[in-house]
Amino acid sequence: MEHLVEIDNLTFSRGERVIYDGITLNVPRGKITAVMGPSGIGKTTLLRLIGGQLIPDEGDILFDKESIVSMSRKALYKARRRMSMLFQSGALFTDMTVFDNVAFPLKEHTDLSDDIIATIVALKLQAVGLRGAADLMPSELSGGMARRAALARAIALDPDLIMYDEPFAGQDPISMGVLVKLIRELNDALDLTSIVVTHDVKEVLTIADYIYILADKRVIGKGTAQQIKDSDSELVQQFLNGKADGPVPFHYPAPELKKSFLGEGK
Amino acid sequence: MKFLQSIGAKTITKVAAIGRATLMLFGALVAVPRLKNVPLIIHQLYVVGVQSLLIIMVSGLFIGMVMALQGYTILVDYGAEGSLGPMVALSLLRELGPVVTALLFAGRAGSALTAEIGLMKATEQLSSLEMMAVDPLRRIVAPRFWAGMLAMPMLAIIFSAIGILGGHLVGVDWLGVDSGSYWSIMQSTVDWNQDVLNGVIKSVVFALVVTWIAIFKGYDSVPTSEGISKATTETVVYSSLAVLGLDFVLTALMFGIE
Amino acid sequence: MNKYKTEVMVGFFVALTISALLLLALKVAEQSVATEGDSYTLYAKFDNIGGLKARSAVKVGGVTVGRVTSITLDKDDFTPVVELSILKQYNGFPETSSVSILTSGLLGEQYVGFQPGFSFDGVANLEDGDYLQDTKSALVLEDLIGQFLFNRGSDE
Repeated sequence: MEHLVEIDNLTFSRGERVIYDGITLNVPRGKITAVMGPSGIGKTTLLRLIGGQLIPDEGDILFDKESIVSMSRKALYKARRRMSMLFQSGALFTDMTVFDNVAFPLKEHTDLSDDIIATIVALKLQAVGLRGAADLMPSELSGGMARRAALARAIALDPDLIMYDEPFAGQDPISMGVLVKLIRELNDALDLTSIVVTHDVKEVLTIADYIYILADKRVIGKGTAQQIKDSDSELVQQFLNGKADGPVPFHYPAPELKKSFLGEGK
Repeated sequence: MKFLQSIGAKTITKVAAIGRATLMLFGALVAVPRLKNVPLIIHQLYVVGVQSLLIIMVSGLFIGMVMALQGYTILVDYGAEGSLGPMVALSLLRELGPVVTALLFAGRAGSALTAEIGLMKATEQLSSLEMMAVDPLRRIVAPRFWAGMLAMPMLAIIFSAIGILGGHLVGVDWLGVDSGSYWSIMQSTVDWNQDVLNGVIKSVVFALVVTWIAIFKGYDSVPTSEGISKATTETVVYSSLAVLGLDFVLTALMFGIE
Repeated sequence: MNKYKTEVMVGFFVALTISALLLLALKVAEQSVATEGDSYTLYAKFDNIGGLKARSAVKVGGVTVGRVTSITLDKDDFTPVVELSILKQYNGFPETSSVSILTSGLLGEQYVGFQPGFSFDGVANLEDGDYLQDTKSALVLEDLIGQFLFNRGSDE
């Protein structure tokens, strides 16, 4: 299987805190790959590393066989035109209408005439079902609509890779359903490669072709949805079933309660 | 020892911040020549310039009026109320025009710039630009910087002109100084290069400092509501102090050493 | 959108700046006299220039005809030499003209008062680079008071 993104033995730390300790992860071309894990594990960081916004301490990241890490700034900007990212907040430009937001990458990177841009924008908005909302400002959109508008902007330039950062977080069941459907359909219709970073297990298991589960700075499980479900790893099972306690402890590391209340018990 | 360490740590932080600020400015300035960005600069001129116009004009008018009133009561004792014109004009052109404009600009436009860029950072708009292969330094920082650099000297000129008219209003129309002597003594005293151009040069320097601080504070802010409010305050405090300090240096260079 | 309005307002802003600049140039600094027009140079030696400065006005009967361009000290006889730049349009002053350093008002600026002399046959006109012979120095307050006291003393 051909891989669009290959992460090889990646180590990354923020200050003293190690976030990834030698993870290896491959994203097959044309598929939806999900990266799951508990909150605070640095899943967004992973997307930023792929986008070249952060530099890893060790290891390499290949995008279409080229190393993002050692790329020149110019080459990096060129590579970024082929990827796009859907931020958790949508990150729409608040001073522009939805139409202008979607038109923005086209105006920046192409010399297309205004008519053609208007047509492309209308098509992209149609794809996410927001053609009627073209003239609204981002502040007038609901959370789910804002995310769909951002999705339209993300696919405006027909990228090869699209990265979703927590697309389902804080969505009502209907919006969630819409987004799940959109991610699947866009991936197949536009021949995209998708990376979905999330902790919403149920949704991901239905759409992801391949799943990685990260915890404790490492990859703890990988495979198709079925393989993951059948995994005998305690950690994976805890995550899938949402158990309160298990290998991932309920308590943040702390001295024993009795000891801290009663003194060091000398 | 702890004291020394804290001084050292603070120095390192500050020097690092200056380094980041220089890199940011450099990154923004390298990307100047793009015709596509002219409309962006015009839009920013509207935001930082036109929207500051009212406060600048009103302040200029009142400061000119107050100076005429104060100056008159002092000068009239010496029978020198004819010198009211040059007094008002020189104070405005050399000092008050550039300095007060810079202070008002820092409060009105500078804080807004910091907050806007800080919020863009907090809402991931800057990251999102980067991921769209658009350099935020070029798209966001550069137009704002150039607009600030253009707008502030323009505002300072308007400020001084309106102040002089305000001085005329109070001195001549209300207090009865001779209109001819108000203008003619002003004309014989005020020099184009020495006074008007030096004032404009001052305001260009202030524009650089205030806009730079404002943009950098926003760009470098901690992207939380607390961080942005801190950055906004710092913009106003730092740029005001920088303007007043630099004003002394520039005045010494321009007028102090003959 | 309201792009049109933005552009109009920015245009208004620019126009306002230009008119303010014109006001400063024409009405406040009076650019025209300071630089405009050809001029010729005259020199005058004074015993004492008082508070005269470069850029002080040169006036004939209250009309500004030029400016002081520089003030230097003659190396030989240690007297101040004042260089006057007079507008070309005011030419033909006779050689017998005199200059004096005057003060406008009690505390006003000092300026050079130019008194055109009588013109009769045999008296040439002042040309570029000529020295004015007849000069009256600035009044120095201390000298004036000294003189006054001396006169009082001799009266008694």
